[in-house]
Amino acid sequence: MSAESRYTLYHPRWYRRRVSVWWWLQNRAYTGFVLREVTSVFVAFFAAVSLWQLRALGQGADAYAEFLARLGTPLFLTLNTITFLFVLFHSITWFNLAPKAVVVRLKGKRVPDWVVVGLNYAAWLVLSGAVGFIVLRGG
Amino acid sequence: MQPTVALRVARYRPEQESEPTFQTYEVPFRKDWVVLDALNYVKDKLDGSLSFRWSCRMGVCGSCGMKVNGSPKLTCAAFLSDSMPGPIRVEPMDYFPVVRDLVVDITDFMRKLKKVKPWIIREHERPLAEGEYRQTPDELDTYKQFSMCINCMLCYSACPIYGLEPSFIGPAAIALAQRYNMDSRDEAARERLEILSEHDGIWQCTFVGECTKVCPKHVDPAGAIQRYKLTGAAHWLKTFLLPGAAR
Repeated sequence: MSAESRYTLYHPRWYRRRVSVWWWLQNRAYTGFVLREVTSVFVAFFAAVSLWQLRALGQGADAYAEFLARLGTPLFLTLNTITFLFVLFHSITWFNLAPKAVVVRLKGKRVPDWVVVGLNYAAWLVLSGAVGFIVLRGG
Repeated sequence: MQPTVALRVARYRPEQESEPTFQTYEVPFRKDWVVLDALNYVKDKLDGSLSFRWSCRMGVCGSCGMKVNGSPKLTCAAFLSDSMPGPIRVEPMDYFPVVRDLVVDITDFMRKLKKVKPWIIREHERPLAEGEYRQTPDELDTYKQFSMCINCMLCYSACPIYGLEPSFIGPAAIALAQRYNMDSRDEAARERLEILSEHDGIWQCTFVGECTKVCPKHVDPAGAIQRYKLTGAAHWLKTFLLPGAAR
């Protein structure tokens, strides 16, 4: 190739297919991915409600009772049910992704992925159990 | 009678047409044939004008990547019997400009690959007299998986982010950067982190994960990128908390 002949980035005769707006419906993995991205709104909503709960707690018993009453309305019950499902979906997909980002090596050998995933689930169970114990005992 | 299978092949002849079309060829079905064998049959016996790339026909060279029935695959490893009764759709890889028929232009990938400096860089080269750089099996094991990449670009073709943001440096280039970062003989991890932390680097990846699924060599580029994000974030935190210390 001589110094003059260079590949150009925009060759008039090359065919470039445009990515369709519906690319995420082309296969299930893409759809799952977009579902994860879009439903992160519900995770944010869950975080906002938690902050709101903390604020109500800080403002005293009356404010907290009002907060609980608000949560009991059909609107919030519906929203929270949807949010619960998607937060669960995010937790599970997140735990399953963990071994991709965290590679643990013990004595020079890589710890198998299922162990990393399993430890995450175990921690989840233990923490949920502890929280459940405190809440139920209090009630 | 020899059974046959229909091969629906994408054709693009820029001197004749402005958009790709499909052409169907009836090829013999043999249990031991892969899509590449069928394409070669077409080229030899039916239509010499069909263009496609191939070389080793054994999953080593990485030249024959195409879309088979919609998924990116090495055609030398895609058995006809897996797609029976057919027809089998063969198209060029997605997101690369099509030069002709099944041949795509790979200049963009080549440019990106070079950008991550996929070679061993030493701060001070050891004199020859001191001998080779030694490595233990464990040290080899830390990066070996990423070194299996054959630059077939199937991961780019599977990555919708690359399709939507063509400036994204992409799965294979990042996995190969990681291959050198983790090599005990290399000393340029910082230099590469700088390149890969740019706008078009690791942070473009939103972890679709398809690159790992289509990789014929089990390189796991998605894993490489997520681990790299962790490294990048840790480095940022270090420079944020202790300015100057991480230099």
